[in-house]
Amino acid sequence: MKTAVIVFPASNCDRDMIVALEKTTGQKPHIIWHQDEEIPPVDLIALPGGFSFGDYLRCGAMAARSPVTKQVIEHAKRGGNVIGICNGFQVLTETGLLPGALMRNKSLKFVCKDVNLRVDNNDTPFTNAYSEGQIITVPVAHHDGNYFADEDTLKALEDEGRVAFRYVDTTGEATKAANPNGSQNNIAGIINRRKNIIGLMPHPERLIEDIQGGSDGLGFFKSMINAIN
Amino acid sequence: MKARVHITLKNGVLDPQGKAIQHALSALGFGGVDDVRQGKYIELDLQETDPEKAEATVEEMCKKLLSNTIIENYTIEIK
Repeated sequence: MKTAVIVFPASNCDRDMIVALEKTTGQKPHIIWHQDEEIPPVDLIALPGGFSFGDYLRCGAMAARSPVTKQVIEHAKRGGNVIGICNGFQVLTETGLLPGALMRNKSLKFVCKDVNLRVDNNDTPFTNAYSEGQIITVPVAHHDGNYFADEDTLKALEDEGRVAFRYVDTTGEATKAANPNGSQNNIAGIINRRKNIIGLMPHPERLIEDIQGGSDGLGFFKSMINAIN
Repeated sequence: MKARVHITLKNGVLDPQGKAIQHALSALGFGGVDDVRQGKYIELDLQETDPEKAEATVEEMCKKLLSNTIIENYTIEIK
């Protein structure tokens, strides 16, 4: 499985993503600087977490208009797989590849902690190694992860099973207390209709081996390997 | 000519920063503030001299970059 990780100025989870992809796929990802003109042919492009372009204007707004992102959009439109974690999710919504927007956390505070996620759809290239309804623990670290979409979009996401991950308590209930940022319907991650693009605020790439405190994020990478190989 | 762009959150979109400002005003003794919505102000110096063309260009800028029309409204003033 060939992969590429896009690096923008002030990306800061790029290395975590590179290490996770290399460890799980056995191949080093291509590392693409945002000014690089070409992304080599790959099965998967990852947009990592961070604070691209200093979060100026809106989180992800500048990166979404960066020349390299045009190629990410073309790759996605050809059916290529794209993952966006944290800032990468913000970039994907800013490009319009995923619907909605990520707004300032309701608490106005930067949230950095482990959260419980429920896998609400395991029939995707990014979740097939988990079981439906499985609860996993993954860290979040963001200031702007409050998912917002208009009513029609939200209804479409729910009706079409496009909410891949949801913030829940330890019993699997999507309660207000379990929602770290005020996201509508406790949404933590969504997929597009074609199921080749996922965006999520939590960081599975930070949790792929026990030395990191757990391996609940490993399934995310195993799923992609299952789907692509 | 100059273009002034105001960007505000759409009605119905929660504005937690606006709420925090409202609470802070209230704590300072400024009662009677029913709601606070905060936004952005962007000033552009344009080479264009035709106001209609300038407005059309800034409108495109708003749609493509300056605002996120999923959550924000914008108003343009050309001077």
